Amino acid sequence: MLARDRDAVPEALNRIDDARPGQREKALELLGALEGAAPLAGPPRVGLTGAPGAGKSSLLDAIVRTLRASGETLGIVAVDPSSRRTGGALLGDRIRVRSSASDPGVFFRSMAARERLGGVADATRAGVTVLAAAFDWVFVETVGVGQSETDVATLVDTLVYVAQPGAGDLLQFMKAGILEVPDIFVVNKADLGAVAARTAGELEAGLGLGWRDGTAGWTPPVLLTSARDGTGISELVLTIRAHRRHLESSGSLEARRARSKEAFVEETLERRYGSYGTAQLGGPAGIASRVREARDASAFSLVLALGREIEDALRKPLP
Amino acid sequence: MSDEVAGRESKQDRPWVFRTYSGHTSAKASNELYRRNLTKGQTGLSVAFDLPTQTGYDSDHPLARGEVGKVGVPISHLEDMCALFEGIPLERMNTSMTINATAAWLLALYVAAAEHQGADARLLQGTTQNDIVKEYLSRGTYVFPPEPSLRLISDMVAYTVDAIPRWNPINVCSYHLQEAGATPVQEIAYAMATAIAVLDAVRARRDVPKEKIPSVVSRISFFLNAGIRFVEEMCKCCAMAELWDEITRERYGVEDPKARLFRYGVQVNSLGLTEAQPENNVIRIVLEALGVTLSKRARCRALQLPAWNEALGLPRPFDQQWSLRIQQILAYETDLLEYADLFDGSPVVAAKVAELKESARAELDKVLGMGGAIAAVENAYMKQRLVEAHTARVRAIEAGKLPIVGVNVYQETEPSPLLAGSQSILTVDESAEREQIERLRAFRAKRNAKDVEVALRNLRDAAANRTNVMPASIGAAHAGVTTGEWADVLRALFGEYRAPTGVTGVRVAAGEASSAATDRARAQVRSVSAQLGRPLKILVGKPGLDGHSNGAEQIAVKARDVGMEVVYEGIRLTPAEIVQSARDEGVHVIGLSILSGSHGVLVIDVMERLRKAGLGHVPVVVGGIIPEGDAERLRAAGVRRVYTPKDFDLARIMEEIAELVAEPPAAA
Repeated sequence: MLARDRDAVPEALNRIDDARPGQREKALELLGALEGAAPLAGPPRVGLTGAPGAGKSSLLDAIVRTLRASGETLGIVAVDPSSRRTGGALLGDRIRVRSSASDPGVFFRSMAARERLGGVADATRAGVTVLAAAFDWVFVETVGVGQSETDVATLVDTLVYVAQPGAGDLLQFMKAGILEVPDIFVVNKADLGAVAARTAGELEAGLGLGWRDGTAGWTPPVLLTSARDGTGISELVLTIRAHRRHLESSGSLEARRARSKEAFVEETLERRYGSYGTAQLGGPAGIASRVREARDASAFSLVLALGREIEDALRKPLP
Repeated sequence: MSDEVAGRESKQDRPWVFRTYSGHTSAKASNELYRRNLTKGQTGLSVAFDLPTQTGYDSDHPLARGEVGKVGVPISHLEDMCALFEGIPLERMNTSMTINATAAWLLALYVAAAEHQGADARLLQGTTQNDIVKEYLSRGTYVFPPEPSLRLISDMVAYTVDAIPRWNPINVCSYHLQEAGATPVQEIAYAMATAIAVLDAVRARRDVPKEKIPSVVSRISFFLNAGIRFVEEMCKCCAMAELWDEITRERYGVEDPKARLFRYGVQVNSLGLTEAQPENNVIRIVLEALGVTLSKRARCRALQLPAWNEALGLPRPFDQQWSLRIQQILAYETDLLEYADLFDGSPVVAAKVAELKESARAELDKVLGMGGAIAAVENAYMKQRLVEAHTARVRAIEAGKLPIVGVNVYQETEPSPLLAGSQSILTVDESAEREQIERLRAFRAKRNAKDVEVALRNLRDAAANRTNVMPASIGAAHAGVTTGEWADVLRALFGEYRAPTGVTGVRVAAGEASSAATDRARAQVRSVSAQLGRPLKILVGKPGLDGHSNGAEQIAVKARDVGMEVVYEGIRLTPAEIVQSARDEGVHVIGLSILSGSHGVLVIDVMERLRKAGLGHVPVVVGGIIPEGDAERLRAAGVRRVYTPKDFDLARIMEEIAELVAEPPAAA
């Protein structure tokens, strides 16, 4: 159904987000099929995260224009936080991504983080899978508040962290733990001059302190960009492409996808069935080994299959 | 001293300038209206431009569709401008133009039109509104990003200070901030921050010598709002006068106290005018006018009063006349102008003024600490504070804590004889747009293409080389350049801007969010979401050029507060964009907000496109100033609900929207 058919995408995204009993299983089946059919290489999946006000959306807009200029299509998921009290959410980011407004080569879906405060919704991973079947690139934009970096990192191949000039000193970056996960650092609003250069310096200094093991052969670069005057945008796109090539040539893409599959299956089962439920499969370690065994199965089919096992186990009378 | 004891001045104070914000349909129709108003005793003009003119589009641009001549007069070129002032000697007129993003262009056309009349441009008097900051925050007719916009403003300041010395190149507007919900303190602080941004930019120019700064400062005027809390509003005006005096002395070293005078015009509040029992608005308008005229020390220099029925639609000439008469009675019949300041020595007023000043200073310092007004636009700080303040106001009305007669108290009423008959508002003839386009095309056909080309090149060069754009713009006006062409040159150079919506960061005080109605709406949304299998998702859209986003923002915030997932994409969307968003975002319902009177064309366009896209089942609701006859037509076109200003209970609206989504789709 999703033979790169843009028109089918909105409805597919609606369906995978349908939590009604019965619908949920169908959605997982659909997603399992999509993921199973997807070649590992597939379209690059890129995450864009950073504090509110860092200019992620304007940066994304500039990236969209660059990629569209070379004829590539993009599917974008933007995740905004949900209100803890009411469950409602304001998804207002789209206004900054103007280049997508009437271009069929760009698809934009905003999502609420729902119960995953500061993180990305289950639906986001599903959304990425759907978009990967239809577009040349998939982008995920999230507000960086705490755990979302690690959360997004399990959905994408390349994670770009967007920092605001003057956003903080080295200590704050370290405390926030943001030096550990992203593959590319960007200091946006380079047009502000010295303060941007200083922030880039802080980040570089932090990365030089050995927070990251260099064994993967990729040293996260720190780039200066300006969505306003276009500075550094093409360099950023080139760097994203370079990271992707690095993942492929070093074989890390496969390892990374496998790791994120494990994390996703484990977290989803934990959330749905609790620790008592996952204990039925031997806890995190047990689940991890089951995921590794079923190397060819998609994350979604594993959630479905292992979930059924847990349900069966829970239905058995206590001894 | 004896004079002081009597409190009576030896000679009467001169009345302020009487204006009426007006213009519609065409330059010719507006000219007739202006001339009639002047014969009725209006002493100045206040030009309302239509949205295409305000946002830099010619009348035949696709985005102009449905908007030509609606909220003001369409001015596409010099002939339009000449027709607008035919028979009105500009040398002797005092003209206020509500124009911002394209202010440099409209001033250029005004100068060129005056030159056509044989007038000396140096004698022209008037005001270009030209406050781009409040456009980003409230009114929405911005075009370019903040930095080049500020540069255009400072070009105009630098130009007029020599070439048109009696012109007010900018009218810093706190008016629209109050319309967007600002508290008096926010109104004062953000207006001062805006004035500082402009003056700092002018001071940094090499072509404005230091000794010119006092003259520059003396040409900065303000445009205030005055709400129904008229005692506080009077104190607000006093506080602003004192602050302005201090700021211009401390920050800009202006020694001459006359150059530090706080000069301001006023349009009294429209936010508080009600659709319910609209006759009461006359009383509101009178009291608000008192607020800005009572204190001699802080009396406005020019006043324009809205019409009693503007929450219902476009006012007729009769309605505008009624408002003019209020001013005339106040100035000529009462003894108001015979006395010195009535409040000198009043400890109550002094304390209130001091309190407002102190809080405003603190807020101003906060904004300056962020880097000033422009920075506080870009980081959405000011916008968020305004949306928050407005949200608090809307909630207070919903909860009955802020009584509004006829709306949330004393709703029982006799039928109003004033509303009898179908002609109780003005409607712009649908042929206006077609005729304006015909005139525009005829004009284009007869001008000298070579002159236009040269003029546009000069404009581009001036803009790119940071030379003052005013001389090139006046040249372009004479050469026959059109509004759209002028703006296109600058759009290509400066880019276009989207301002932050301010809704995402709105903080909601706990406790404020709950009311019985809100809880009911929340339960309804929860149950509908469960039926749908995912949370109810709504698209809030503003089609067309209208930038008054306050209503849409409040709907968006409320929808979130009752648990909906809200896609809000800001202003100025085309129907095609709205339909694409609705499909791509997978929304269950669409809410459209329009205040420009162009709902007929735009909403029906959205409805047709939805059907073509296979989304005919997605319910659409519309909110805005929509006369009942139009509402019926919209419903006939498939719109499920039409909301107007009298529907103040947002929780109830949310409940209805949730019910609509749950209903099976109506048979087509």
